[in-house]
Amino acid sequence: MKLNSNIPDGPLDTKWTNYRSKMNLVAPNNKRRIDIIVVGTGLAGASAAATLGELGYNVKAFTFHDSPRRAHSIAAQGGINAAKNYQNDGDSVYRLFYDTIKGGDYRSREANVHRLAEASRNIIDQCVAQGVPFAREYGGLLANRSFGGVQVSRTFYARGQTGQQLLLGAYQALSRQISVGNVEMYNRHEMLDLVKVDGKARGIIARNLLTGKLERFAAHCVVLATGGYGNVFYLSTNAMGSNVTAAWRAVRRGALMANPCFTQIHPTCIPVSGEYQSKLTLMSESLRNDGRVWVPKKKEDVMAIREGRKTGNDIPEGDRDYYLERRYPAFGNLVPRDVASRAAKVACDEGHGVNQTGLAVFLDFADAIQRYGKSEAISKGMSNADKATITKLGTAVVEAKYGNLFEMYEKITGENPYVLPMKIYPAVHYTMGGVWVDYNLETNVPGLFCLGEANFSDHGSNRLGASALMQGLADGYFVIPYTIGQFLSKEIRTPKISNETPEFIAAEKETQERLNKLLNIKGDKSVEEFHRRLGKIMWEYCGMARNAEGLKKGRQLIRELRKEFWSDVFVPGSTDEFNPELEKAARVADFMELGEVMIVDALTREESCGGHFREEYTQDGEAMRRDDEFTFVSAWEWDENEPILHKEELIFENVELKTRSYK
Amino acid sequence: MSDMNLTLKVWRQKNNNDSGRFESYQVAANEHMSFLEMLDVLNQTLIEKKEEPVAFEHDCREGICGACSMVINGRPHGPQGGTTTCQLHMRHFKSGDTITIEPWRAKAFPVIKDLVVDRSSFDRIIQAGGYISVNTGQAQDGNAIPIEKDLALQAFDAATCIGCGACVAACPNASAMLFTSAKVSHLGLLPQGEVEHSKRVQSMVKQMDEEGFGMCSNTGACEVECPKEISITNIARMNRTYMGSVFGSDKTV
Ligand SMILES: Cc1cc2nc3c(=O)[nH]c(=O)nc-3n(C[C@H](O)[C@H](O)[C@H](O)COP(=O)(O)OP(=O)(O)OC[C@H]3O[C@@H](n4cnc5c(N)ncnc54)[C@H](O)[C@@H]3O)c2cc1C
Ligand code: SF4
Ligand code: FES
Repeated sequence: MKLNSNIPDGPLDTKWTNYRSKMNLVAPNNKRRIDIIVVGTGLAGASAAATLGELGYNVKAFTFHDSPRRAHSIAAQGGINAAKNYQNDGDSVYRLFYDTIKGGDYRSREANVHRLAEASRNIIDQCVAQGVPFAREYGGLLANRSFGGVQVSRTFYARGQTGQQLLLGAYQALSRQISVGNVEMYNRHEMLDLVKVDGKARGIIARNLLTGKLERFAAHCVVLATGGYGNVFYLSTNAMGSNVTAAWRAVRRGALMANPCFTQIHPTCIPVSGEYQSKLTLMSESLRNDGRVWVPKKKEDVMAIREGRKTGNDIPEGDRDYYLERRYPAFGNLVPRDVASRAAKVACDEGHGVNQTGLAVFLDFADAIQRYGKSEAISKGMSNADKATITKLGTAVVEAKYGNLFEMYEKITGENPYVLPMKIYPAVHYTMGGVWVDYNLETNVPGLFCLGEANFSDHGSNRLGASALMQGLADGYFVIPYTIGQFLSKEIRTPKISNETPEFIAAEKETQERLNKLLNIKGDKSVEEFHRRLGKIMWEYCGMARNAEGLKKGRQLIRELRKEFWSDVFVPGSTDEFNPELEKAARVADFMELGEVMIVDALTREESCGGHFREEYTQDGEAMRRDDEFTFVSAWEWDENEPILHKEELIFENVELKTRSYK
Repeated sequence: MSDMNLTLKVWRQKNNNDSGRFESYQVAANEHMSFLEMLDVLNQTLIEKKEEPVAFEHDCREGICGACSMVINGRPHGPQGGTTTCQLHMRHFKSGDTITIEPWRAKAFPVIKDLVVDRSSFDRIIQAGGYISVNTGQAQDGNAIPIEKDLALQAFDAATCIGCGACVAACPNASAMLFTSAKVSHLGLLPQGEVEHSKRVQSMVKQMDEEGFGMCSNTGACEVECPKEISITNIARMNRTYMGSVFGSDKTV
């Protein structure tokens, strides 16, 4: 199979504009006759469905949630990037493009990333117009902060709940289209299969989660915006329901899975506290603007802290190792996520971890509190304020910036982070890999599109903070509404697609049989147990650091687990009722297949880049990319025995490939 | 880590036609668990015994998606103020406690199964007018209209509603005024949303009535139980607009 990225010709900075103005259009009267299925109504899906509805297409939108407002996007905390240069600090479209390419360790497409940087500016305008209450300065203008891996302030935010406010904006735009009848909304409907007719994506099989009945939906094309697959690791910062099923079912129908091993491990999460743990909680990266990361230098201090005889506050300055500032003086605590995560792992592997499990480092706000306190005191005219006053003033500033995160930390851990340094550890957070798409966001299956975290397109092997929200909304508001026309303009003579054809009937039957099979195993182990074990295998062998031997072992273990699952899982209830355990079982079954492809991908990528760190390929302890051999996208075709690799060469015409250095 | 032994009295209801009843269970937990992790433990033991697990709604487990929804010992989202069920931790209970767990109870939130209710009526209230009418691509520059910081903050406070429905569950009349007024304030306080403000209020209130939510009698229970501490002043603000627009203008919907 030859993969064609369909990148338009011409210079980088005018490609998108030129392409857009020459693109095939669908006339308004024809749009009304065209049906589009959008699966997923998170940021990417809701923005796409709303915009396609506004344009006049007939849209059917699906979510397994009880409402579009609950999508995982709601949980994003820190912010969204945009090259507005409102701070006049030298930002530009080119710089955002460059930072994203470099941050992604040169494993993404130049043309896609440049388009993303261009669209970033429109997103902010659009969201403000919808009423998204971004943070503002006293003068009433929009405020910014900075995120890891960059040296400008281009992140727009809404306290620590930017995702919530952006999603509500998209949800409201979608609600408006529902109210005027342009979008038909199917809540609590889970897509369980993709239906192809004559090679084109023409519909889906969805299970009505309330009644348990399978339903067939047909359309001229299908758009997937179903989110990431981080939950393959069981423990992650993703919402409990996030899963790979829609994307995976598409892969089983011929779509390709690109760079599946590129997983982002976020450096600042609340550490695991016990076996019962169901998920991990992120502490936003924005905290690294003000928090300093450290561990005690002396092992006896480490022991004293673990045993509760000392706290972080008892360790004198000279006995602390601010290892990020030491190793990476240029970026300090604001190095990109992959670098920060591995550094935490190294510190803990060397025995400096500061909680009972030995898997935690400190994130300390004491200095920030003093610094802000002093400057507040000065601005209030208190020239010799005492330490208590300064601490009080500084605490108030930190509270105003991060209050809800600190509160969340305290609710979960029972410790007060204004007084004691936070304890954090890396956790699975985001998946850069995803369904392969071309420049039009179309997969290799004609008529099947993929947006948001579910596709692989823009972040290479490491995503920069605050760029996922940007990508989801760029895809949904500003890319797909145009590029979908490239496919649909050829379909204006295609009559309404029927859902009664043999392809639909057969797909429905297969899905029903699969569900029946899950219920009829009637084994002894819960779905949860299998999911947990899968997660452990993935974390152990395909997590923060990988090597060939471990990956091979991991693959073996997953195969065994899969076999055991299909002979010993117990799913209560029946298929024709509301049955959350059955939903979970079908998702975990897909995660197991995906997990194997992730491992195979990690094994074949014999280099270290971004979030993918192969222990065999390092130089002075840092990741070693091998551009001569691995400057390509790995796109995997599913095969029960041996997944098949297709390569898309990455061509860099504007950026010189360099060793990423944050030193 | 101290272990706790708890007795749970959980509402079990097979579906909307079933009349439902309380069932008692024993569960061993520890104080670091979240409330939902404690229920995970219960479900795990039920599944091991080949019994039906307790259905409950949850997703983010971070207090932001609004999915979790249980009345715990008579209080929506349990005893801790400003906290969703998923953020409630077992250290707020002690060994030997008996904990009663029920679904939201309101005519406009029919029970689906056990602790899961149907809250699509909230979506329909938003669809009735909880948006600003702007198409993609029509926006001017984000900094074209400066918005006073305090005003932006007030709008923000209202915008933090997570659509959980605890306000309805807490209200003796099962009124949705806190939820509806939060959206009305969020949009109406901002210059972008002011244009459609009075029309929006009328449409949303009309929809709220049609869904079968009750009247507001100012008991204030909603504000007390709201996990996001949405202020009841939003209701007063909405009432003022509603009165003004219904009686003081010819533009009624
Ligand atoms: C805790 C946390 C904080 C984050 N903070 C930031 C941040 O500050 N900045 C940033 O840029 N990014 C952040 N991210 C990443 C970002 O939130 C996500 O990448 C992004 O929101 C994904 O959006 P999406 O629309 O692609 O998918 P999602 O929001 O996951 O939506 C998926 C949708 O698909 C539906 N769906 C899935 N499968 C099916 C199916 N089979 N059938 C029907 N429907 C289906 C779901 O119901 C849902 O509607 C954060 C992520 C996490 C976990
Ligand atoms: S107002 Fe409060 S209680 Fe009511 S839905 Fe919103 S967040 Fe929940
Ligand atoms: S599970 Fe999301 S708010 Fe509780």
